Amino acid sequence: MRDFVYYHPRSLDEARQLALEEDAMLLAGGQTLLRDMKRSGPSPASLIDVTGIVPKHIEHHEDAISIGAGATHAEVAGSAVLREHLPVLAALVEHIGDPAVRNRGTLGGALAANETAGDYPAACLALGATVRTTARYIPAAEFFVSGRTVLKPGEIITAATFPISRRAAYIKFLNPAARYAMVGVFACSVDGLPSIAVAGARVQGAFRWREAEAALASGFVADSLRDIRLSAEDLVEDLFADAAYRSHLAAVLARRAVALAGGPAPGVVVLSHGSAGQQTPSLGP
Amino acid sequence: MATISMTVNGRAVRGEVEGRTMLVEFIREHLGLTGTHVGCDTTQCGACIVHVDGLAMKSCTMLALQCEGVTVTTIEGLAPPGTPLHPMQAAFREHHALQCGYCTSGMVMMALDIARRFGEPDEATIREQLKGNICRCTGYHNIVKAIAAGARAMAAEHA
Repeated sequence: MRDFVYYHPRSLDEARQLALEEDAMLLAGGQTLLRDMKRSGPSPASLIDVTGIVPKHIEHHEDAISIGAGATHAEVAGSAVLREHLPVLAALVEHIGDPAVRNRGTLGGALAANETAGDYPAACLALGATVRTTARYIPAAEFFVSGRTVLKPGEIITAATFPISRRAAYIKFLNPAARYAMVGVFACSVDGLPSIAVAGARVQGAFRWREAEAALASGFVADSLRDIRLSAEDLVEDLFADAAYRSHLAAVLARRAVALAGGPAPGVVVLSHGSAGQQTPSLGP
Repeated sequence: MATISMTVNGRAVRGEVEGRTMLVEFIREHLGLTGTHVGCDTTQCGACIVHVDGLAMKSCTMLALQCEGVTVTTIEGLAPPGTPLHPMQAAFREHHALQCGYCTSGMVMMALDIARRFGEPDEATIREQLKGNICRCTGYHNIVKAIAAGARAMAAEHA
């Protein structure tokens, strides 16, 4: 890895200025960025560490939860406020990476990384979250673009706000080796409108599955999706699963996620080869 | 090069490091504490796990410079020479929870994080929580038994 200059500024203003310099990159928990830099990924001239200067508090507003971008996955998963008001998100975050990664990785870092198999982007898209930065508010639907984000140089994510949904579920099927989502489907109903987002399947990253959503207009039940197939175009193909397999998985998981979201105990289910499925029960109705 | 200072196993330490120096490299190469290992070097295997301000983290995926002022505990810090093993270390020995031993220090440091959060976890919890620790001897069975026993011993000590 090429050496770089490390900065740990004391304020967001200072961080913004430093991040505008040529070949500068922002660093949060580093669980994606540092790993990618080692794998001959980005090779910045400087890293601007925003740890400690980005907010990390979690707040309940009337019909939404706001999470500071500096909150680690462990802090988000353990948040009493989140577990009470949006338990599906707490459970989803509890299954990102592994416990050591969750002690370090942050919401802001995960959104900026927008990994193909990332769980957070799917949750943001399905729930209709809004990303707040030092410059503006960006709806999730506009924030994630083709494996990247619309963040501009010097723009720092400070928080994300997630509308509350009680009919929400996330099911992911794990890659058998690295155990990230080979495909994950987030299904929810927000203000009576069905929403489906898929992680891990498409090369460009998580996306809203509009055909499935349209089919759910006839009723938020699994059977509404019986004829829905995900086009194999642009799907990830690797030694674990080809496009046809991922397409099939997406349809199966979507039906299960809708059934779970509409059922008596919505929450998160993590599936892997040979497992019957391990559910993290969510709280409340 | 920049100067870094932190507390490692109760001792105040300082060093000169590059921007790209990872915490694990500082611990092993600068401090000579080679109980912490580098396995995959890509945040998957957990051989490099240490505690940073009390939380298990993968030291191959943290810059040393990100650790200014923090408190680090490595495997060497659990039981100083001449003192009895930490109950979790003793449980690993008792249950023969190692074969080649390469993953062991990371396993023990993660085991302590699991005990901190779950008290006396059941087998399913331990297996789920070891997602980020890989044993390529595949000796998980005894590792899981040792963690359950170590956590029990720690709870008994605090009772």
